[in-house]
Amino acid sequence: MSQLKFSKEHEWVRVEGDVATVGITDYAQGQLGDVVYVELPALGRQVEQDKEAAVVESVKAASEVYAPISGEVVAVNDKLADAPATVNEAPTGDGWFFKLKIKNPKELDGLMDEAAYKTYVEGLA
Amino acid sequence: MPADAPLQTTPLDALHRGLGAKMVPFAGYDMPVQYPAGILAEHGWTRGHAGLFDVSHMGQVRLRGATAAAALERLVPSDIVGLKPQRTRYTLFTNDQGGILDDLMVTNAGDHLFLVVNAACKVADIAHLQAKIGADCAVEPLPDRALLALQGPEAAAALAQHAPETATLGFMSFATVSVAGVPCFVTRSGYTGEDGFEISVPNDAAERLARLLLADPRVKPIGLGARDSLRLEAGLCLYGHDIDTTTTPIEADLAWTIQKRRREAGGFPGAAVILKQLAAGAPRKRVGLKPDGKAPAREHTAVTAPDGAAIGEVTSGGFGPTVGGPVAMGYVGARHAAPGSAVNLIVRDQPRPAVVAPLPFTPHRYHRS
Repeated sequence: MSQLKFSKEHEWVRVEGDVATVGITDYAQGQLGDVVYVELPALGRQVEQDKEAAVVESVKAASEVYAPISGEVVAVNDKLADAPATVNEAPTGDGWFFKLKIKNPKELDGLMDEAAYKTYVEGLA
Repeated sequence: MPADAPLQTTPLDALHRGLGAKMVPFAGYDMPVQYPAGILAEHGWTRGHAGLFDVSHMGQVRLRGATAAAALERLVPSDIVGLKPQRTRYTLFTNDQGGILDDLMVTNAGDHLFLVVNAACKVADIAHLQAKIGADCAVEPLPDRALLALQGPEAAAALAQHAPETATLGFMSFATVSVAGVPCFVTRSGYTGEDGFEISVPNDAAERLARLLLADPRVKPIGLGARDSLRLEAGLCLYGHDIDTTTTPIEADLAWTIQKRRREAGGFPGAAVILKQLAAGAPRKRVGLKPDGKAPAREHTAVTAPDGAAIGEVTSGGFGPTVGGPVAMGYVGARHAAPGSAVNLIVRDQPRPAVVAPLPFTPHRYHRS
């Protein structure tokens, strides 16, 4: 399994070949609380880095999920429709949101590694 | 209140922090929005067992004087003079345009009236009472008292452990009782749709009483997050959202707060507007809205007719944990207010089908003696 990369908006990316899997971080799910609904992008949609790609809703509020990198949506996690709590239980595993065919690999260079993200989150407290 | 004013705390602040609550600003107070269990678990626990809520931020006020009930009737559309001793009634402060300044509970406590008003409105409410009826009765705020709500099907058994006489208290009834030696004002009422109590307790005994109730395995602490989802499923209005100065009691489907004598005699602020709407109907009505799909529709979501015409707005909306899906309420034009009417909710620029639904979403289970 490849290493995770992280955005300042609390998404993670796992790169395998030319496909990147995207989800929200453990910190993000903890801040949201119980996830009750997830809205995923349509297959084939071109998403742009830092633009809205999905929506995650807790009991209290709806939050946007941004694309950490640009690309074409090639898969979405349909299981979240009936089991949104998976985002709380396994945010970096079964709780993934969508997969992108990477458009510009250089965009990955601007993301944080795990250590840098950990420091970033500690700075938010 | 200025945005940078320091937050006030309730007498249970240390207890909340010790229990690991996530604290948020609400109506000028630092309040627990949830505990580590989370909103879904807290909501479910209240429906299945008993939840303890700190609602000490709400305003408690005593009105004293022989003519206090008649005086209060000049500010609210409900029958207060006819309210029997030890009975509680839900009512509204209205303005001259027929709008709602606040909603409140009024209890005839025998030698005085006991009022509970919303936290965000309490300063204005007390000023309103003093300005309008202060010459006819003594208006006494009670900042030295905290307020706990114990709600859920096991609330009665849990409270009876410490105050046996509360077991037989009727719904919307009041008693001055000693709860484990603490002098309390107890009403059998609440804001969840479940059986339960609101307990007014002296500030200096509030934490001790809360800890005593929480020592019961049937009772768990519940935050404001679950309080909101519980009241939404129960179809109960949240002031500042579902009702405000731009909504009348008739539009808000709260005509039941206006008893017969007041309908006939009027004599409350906005009576001309309100009684006219009562007779002829209001142009819009507060209704339940049940999305067909799974996407919640939040406050301010636009409501449209099937032909696309704008007909209203969501005033409260989210996920109903007991319903197991999204629930909302809001205002729609009178022609679309019948249960079963098809509407669309515009969520993220997309029309999403929904249906006008009867309230409450979750049946009330109040105590019937």
